[in-house]
Amino acid sequence: MITFVVNGRRRTVDVSPDTPLLWVLRDTLGLTGTKFGCGMALCGACTVHLDGEPIRSCVTPVSAVAGSSITTIEGLATRALHPVQTAWIAEDVPQCGYCQSGQIMTAAALLAKRPAPTDAEITEAMSGILCRCGTYQRIRQAIHRAAALGRARG
Amino acid sequence: MGAPEKLTRRAFLMTTAMAGGGLVIGFRLPGRRAEAAGATRAGRPAATYAPNAFLRIAKDGSITVLAKHSEMGQGVYTSLAMVIAEELEADWRRIRVEAAPAHLDYKHTQWGIQGTGGSTSSAESFDQMRRAGATAKAMLIAAAAKRWRVDPATCRAENGLVIHQGGKQLSYGQLAEQAAKIPPPAQVALKDPKDFRLIGKPTKRLDTPEKVTGRGVFGIDVKLPGLLTAVVARPPVFGGKVTQVNSGKAKAVRGVKAVVEIPSGVAVVADTFWNAKLGRDALEVTWDDGPLAGLDSAEQGRQYAELAGRTGAVARNDGDAKSAIAGAAQRIEATYDFPYLAHACMEPLNATAHVRPGRVEVWAPTQMQTGDQGAAAQIAGVKPEQVTLHTTLLGGGFGRRANPAADFVSEAVHVSKAVGSPVKVVWTREDDMRGGYYRPRTTVTAAAGVSADGRLVGWETHIANQSILAGTPFGEAMAKTGVDFTQVEGLADLAYDVPNVRVEWHRAPAGVPVLWWRSVGHSFSAFVKETLVDECAVAAGKDPVAFRLELLAKHPRQQAALRLAAEKAGWGKAGQGHFQGVAVHESFRSIVAQVAEVSVKQDGTVTVHKVTCVIDPGMVINPDTVRAQMDSGVVYGLSMAFHGAITFKRGRVEQGNFDDYPVLRMDEMPEVEVHIIESGAEMGGVGEPGVPPTAPAVANAIFRATGKRIRRLPIRTEELKRA
Repeated sequence: MITFVVNGRRRTVDVSPDTPLLWVLRDTLGLTGTKFGCGMALCGACTVHLDGEPIRSCVTPVSAVAGSSITTIEGLATRALHPVQTAWIAEDVPQCGYCQSGQIMTAAALLAKRPAPTDAEITEAMSGILCRCGTYQRIRQAIHRAAALGRARG
Repeated sequence: MGAPEKLTRRAFLMTTAMAGGGLVIGFRLPGRRAEAAGATRAGRPAATYAPNAFLRIAKDGSITVLAKHSEMGQGVYTSLAMVIAEELEADWRRIRVEAAPAHLDYKHTQWGIQGTGGSTSSAESFDQMRRAGATAKAMLIAAAAKRWRVDPATCRAENGLVIHQGGKQLSYGQLAEQAAKIPPPAQVALKDPKDFRLIGKPTKRLDTPEKVTGRGVFGIDVKLPGLLTAVVARPPVFGGKVTQVNSGKAKAVRGVKAVVEIPSGVAVVADTFWNAKLGRDALEVTWDDGPLAGLDSAEQGRQYAELAGRTGAVARNDGDAKSAIAGAAQRIEATYDFPYLAHACMEPLNATAHVRPGRVEVWAPTQMQTGDQGAAAQIAGVKPEQVTLHTTLLGGGFGRRANPAADFVSEAVHVSKAVGSPVKVVWTREDDMRGGYYRPRTTVTAAAGVSADGRLVGWETHIANQSILAGTPFGEAMAKTGVDFTQVEGLADLAYDVPNVRVEWHRAPAGVPVLWWRSVGHSFSAFVKETLVDECAVAAGKDPVAFRLELLAKHPRQQAALRLAAEKAGWGKAGQGHFQGVAVHESFRSIVAQVAEVSVKQDGTVTVHKVTCVIDPGMVINPDTVRAQMDSGVVYGLSMAFHGAITFKRGRVEQGNFDDYPVLRMDEMPEVEVHIIESGAEMGGVGEPGVPPTAPAVANAIFRATGKRIRRLPIRTEELKRA
């Protein structure tokens, strides 16, 4: 039995401790917003926050998050959409949308650390997250927009 | 337009009261005779509507559009809804979209089956969706007029309301029930395009909110009570077969429920994906590798080059290309090599099936509903109409999910049939990468002749590769000429004005599964055409843009796109250390011209700084989507230019994941600037046409930077190193 917090809620799961967090989220807890893309931390579609830090859930054994707090795309919005989500809608970023949970979680973690990132900082933070539809240009615009929204909200 | 649009005489409208009230709109043409009648209408897609339903208006005023096409990122859910809403005069905020079920009501008006591909969705459905919206509007107006006891001509529809000239108004929701009882009009008036308020205006996608909150359901996200997950061990060599299975260790893995043999391999079925995967890791299978056991990419390249040198099937023959080239003042000869390419959709292949007696249910991220439905029926021993197929969101498609062989859906049906439970078959990234259905590996030999006065006098191209169409239901298209047109497109229809042109196709032996890959034959033919013509321009001592413009005198749309791209890119005015290259290509009835601006470091590293892209798709439904698709096409083209290659050694695919089959990342992303020309020509596609010009525009820019011609993709930057 492994206990951790997901999106503010305490969860206890009965799975092998080496099961990747990704599959516990998706198959055991039914949180399918976090995506499987490569299984090797190469594409970033599975990115979630571990105590606020972006991690690749496809290579993180669930045992490693025991007692920790995980945030997934389903838990990113609290009362209202997160500024990154608002910006993503304003820029109409997604195409197929499959990678976007990973993109958004990564962008949200970046903005938490760097409220007004430079283009170079955006490239550095986001180059690990693949988008086969090629939405990179809009992702960049949306991060700048989210930064502005964040400033406006104080 | 603007005149009443006459429905075919035998057509009649079918209306049905929805459960819970409301209006369902569709058209009906009875049987085959009507199909024939529709097919004879010259110049338009055949109006061959079977009973169908494209929209529902509920009593609360909400409008549901049933999308006949799969949403795989190209924005089709939004554009289909825009066209219906335009003619319906709907309140855009009340529109939602859901996937239509698999049914021939939703067949492609040109293909006769339901499917999404060939960058055809908007064009093939445009009239159909307009009529669906216009008919519903007419019935709503008639319902209101009846209730008010006024002449319908004194009423108008606006933003989800029917309004009488005296000022009375009723909402579509209030009218829905009554409208369903109105006899359908024999003819409907379509709007004059100058009155369009949605079509042609940048419009936010309807599927964005669910895609930024994790709510969108892709195939891999399907949840069902009692759902099991299977991972399949497939032969390591295409065409291989199972000789022996030892499933003891796999069955001992926690959560594993069953190990079953299916035609494509051995499936390990478990409670979760992870347990199924661990079960497969423990599975012991002995394979007979079959005839492709020795397949080797280097050896195949030699075979293809030899094949291209023989006589092939003639795809085009104008004048006498051989003599013209032989007699030319300057001759250019080149051999090009393009690898197999995986689509590498971000969502790995998957499908879910539940086989029960006399009934099958399938949930799939698919581009080819009718084929999948038929395959599922055959496997389960039921009729196609006993198969309910739900199309989910697609995490990318690019052609891979339009497989006439129905590979990923068939597996799910086989496994569910064997275990008697609902089963989702999930492919790992490696399974997906090594699972075949690639863009065919292709060798092209080419020759061109330039006269002493700088004219292109002869052009000959020989394409050697596998056929996509042979062996599929589309294969009969090859019967007459012996040419797979999907493999010569872009060269056989060469737009350049050259008096002597010969194009031959050489069919390579089948074996490796091949399929349409975003832009199909154009993915390599545009590269050959646009880099070769660039070489000819240099040979002729002319500017590459000017040289192309001369050769395109009979193609004013291509000229206009090329001119605008050159103007917007500042052609000839690249900054210090930057070099420009250009390409223009027509595919899927749209013209795209691109100028790439690159720099090349001493060590051969290439940076693409900017791509200026001009598209003329004739007419546009959602300009914002067109822009997004151009961004996307450029990225797909850059991945092909710099990264993609599926290669074989000892029969096995050498790549498996994004480490050895990289795709473009943000740190390689150039600025993409898009300009749209609405020439008013017949509507073309936008999903694919952005891809073909990118790699040749980049290669032509690299030539300007280094003096080296690229004839092999992906580009090996180490070969660009300067001493």
